[in-house]
Amino acid sequence: MFDTLTDKLGAALNKLTRRGALTEADVTAAMRDVRVALLEADVALPVVKDFIAKVSEKAVGEAVIKSVTPGQLVVKIVHDELIAMLGGEDAAQGVDLAAPAPVAVLMVGLQGSGKTTTTGKIANRLQNKDRKRVLMVSLDTYRPAAQEQLAILGKQAGVISLPIVAGQQPIDIAKRGLDEARRGGFDVVLFDTAGRLTIDEAMMTEIVALRDIIKPHETLLVTDAMIGQDSVTTATSFNEKIGITGIVLTRVDGDARGGAALSMRAVTGRPIKLIGVGEKIDALDVFSPERIAGRILGMGDVVSLVEKAVANIDQAEAEKAAARMAAGKFDLTDMLSQLQQIQRMGDMKGLLGLIPGMGTAMKQMKGGVDLDPKQFKRLEAIIQSMTPKERRVPDLIKASRKQRIATGSGTTVADVNKLLKQHQQMETMMKRMKKMGGMGALAGMFGGGGAAPGSLPGLPGGLGQRPGGFPFGKR
Amino acid sequence: MAIGNWLARLKSGLSKSSSKLVGGITDILTKKKLDDVALQELEDLLISADLGTATAAKLTQDLSKTRFGKEVTPEEVRTTLADEIAKILEPASLPLSVDPARKPFVVLVVGVNGAGKTTTIGKMAHHWRGEGHSVTLAAGDTFRAAAVEQLKVWGARTNSPVVAKDTGADSAGLAFEALMETRKRGDDVLLIDTAGRLQNKDILMAELQKVVRAIAKVDPTAPHATLLVLDATVGQNAHAQVEVFKQMVGVTGLVMTKLDGTAKGGVVVALAEKFKLPIHYVGVGEAAEDLRPFTSRTFARSLMGLDPEAT
Repeated sequence: MFDTLTDKLGAALNKLTRRGALTEADVTAAMRDVRVALLEADVALPVVKDFIAKVSEKAVGEAVIKSVTPGQLVVKIVHDELIAMLGGEDAAQGVDLAAPAPVAVLMVGLQGSGKTTTTGKIANRLQNKDRKRVLMVSLDTYRPAAQEQLAILGKQAGVISLPIVAGQQPIDIAKRGLDEARRGGFDVVLFDTAGRLTIDEAMMTEIVALRDIIKPHETLLVTDAMIGQDSVTTATSFNEKIGITGIVLTRVDGDARGGAALSMRAVTGRPIKLIGVGEKIDALDVFSPERIAGRILGMGDVVSLVEKAVANIDQAEAEKAAARMAAGKFDLTDMLSQLQQIQRMGDMKGLLGLIPGMGTAMKQMKGGVDLDPKQFKRLEAIIQSMTPKERRVPDLIKASRKQRIATGSGTTVADVNKLLKQHQQMETMMKRMKKMGGMGALAGMFGGGGAAPGSLPGLPGGLGQRPGGFPFGKR
Repeated sequence: MAIGNWLARLKSGLSKSSSKLVGGITDILTKKKLDDVALQELEDLLISADLGTATAAKLTQDLSKTRFGKEVTPEEVRTTLADEIAKILEPASLPLSVDPARKPFVVLVVGVNGAGKTTTIGKMAHHWRGEGHSVTLAAGDTFRAAAVEQLKVWGARTNSPVVAKDTGADSAGLAFEALMETRKRGDDVLLIDTAGRLQNKDILMAELQKVVRAIAKVDPTAPHATLLVLDATVGQNAHAQVEVFKQMVGVTGLVMTKLDGTAKGGVVVALAEKFKLPIHYVGVGEAAEDLRPFTSRTFARSLMGLDPEAT
């Protein structure tokens, strides 16, 4: 599954057809590509250097066994080391509340990193999922309407926020917040702060003073996943000046590769505790090293893909579809339901980007893959312009019916033909798979993509038509 | 404001970002001549400033062509690199001026979440009000909590009317109404704020296209400028941001914010070369005055720690 980097490394290592151990020269050649891959993912240069040194040491002398290529072996070593450096198996799980109530949590970071939204999300999670009584306090008296923003988020999540007293300064607000948290019997008190640059001495003095008053059990540095090489400077400075206990990485739902996660973890030694994965108040996840490691290496994020798919699929409908497909049945109603399920999963490009190797595959097939979401709507419209009977028995659809369907859906007869042909191909595939037997639970989502490498049903354009062309589970 | 004043401000803002870069180069080159090791270290420094591997390699190679094996002072290396960077950025130094033939001159401001769109709009309003233009602001970020209130504060600060609806309203409808209202009032400029959106969210990008269509219904030539706001801390993802926003809503220029921090914003060097988009402004602080037109030589020299005003 390590397509992209393996392909890259392949070029450097293809010549090594011999068996035996990886030599220093092999590894050095491979590491040039690893270096570029990491830098393009925004891992900070000093961290890249350390990482390469560590991995090289491990890779030299490693025996190339029969079943893998040297390139695959190097990628595996790189991948494993990335996971280890990102926190390994025992990665942190959310906010640490093991302290006497009210547990104070201080949120810090640069401007625009997502502190206020994240504060709202954490409050929502702690109160509505973990059943804690949470108080939110905004100490951002600088950015216009920042305090109001937190208050509104509080209302959305049903979390109490400290009433705003116009003109009150951060230190006094902090004291008032602590008092209120104690008196009100809150379990947790979250302090949102103004964004600040680490070289802004006045603002850094302020945050130190706030820390000394609040005495936080957790001090979380909030950073944007899109941050570049500056991540080390920012993380180091915040850690040195106020001492952070963990990192929250926001906007992980974007398409940035997120190398900052590795950089910040490496230079501060602090765990990445949570990740922001969307604009909604519940879009907050615990951090998983495997997922970020895959992204950094451009290998996709299978875990996220499956989770996203599962979260958006109508379970009952999926099971029904899976049962029908297992029986080798696949009419146009099934196809329609598949199309709708796929669209529900969200935007296709984002989704496909999560599939290993798909990022480069999409670039290579420029023009070949039409991922226009409108295409899905068009297919849907065609099926919806058919009678229930036609959907069940597509063979009924001859010239005049085709004309009617095309007119009804605002398409052409050629489009209708194309759809019918696609359906036929899928039906054939379903029947073939029935013969192979044993389809996984994913059948409902991918028409067998989970168990057998097949094409995604209903995918418009070249992708859906290439037999086995959907590089899901390619290796 | 006097030009010297803003140069000083830009320099003081940028010098914070470039001091590390300069220190590094000085360390490398004081005692030795320009050999492969020194070149590699130079390339590393440029990478550390987010220039990207390709641009850093190109700049280093150019330097090695003329200087390899020679005894060079840090000053020389810095000047040469600054000149090279300035050369790349030269076509991008194109200030944005209000076109008096367009009334109002419509500017749409777009970008990912937290880039600094609303603050930039506040600063631009201040800048154009200072030039004597009448400005209207449209609170098009109808999604984020209190975004409307935030823009209203900037409206009050710059004495500019703000067209706003409640959070959750249709941003395209708001843009449409704002343009009608601005036109009726006869204001010179309309600055339209939008909600931050990640460029890989198709639905949100489609929503932004709808805003553009709504504006064009009132004035087919509008928006007259579509600015993408980039945060200076951004890494290589900036390429994807520019590419997608440009493709979806026809970005006509860039603004780079937060250049007063430790982030170097070096990615614009690669962006300028690749996308041929002008960089209209840089943001170097939180005050209303802290937004200034972008000039390549000043930026490049400041980035390399050289006096931006020297001739």
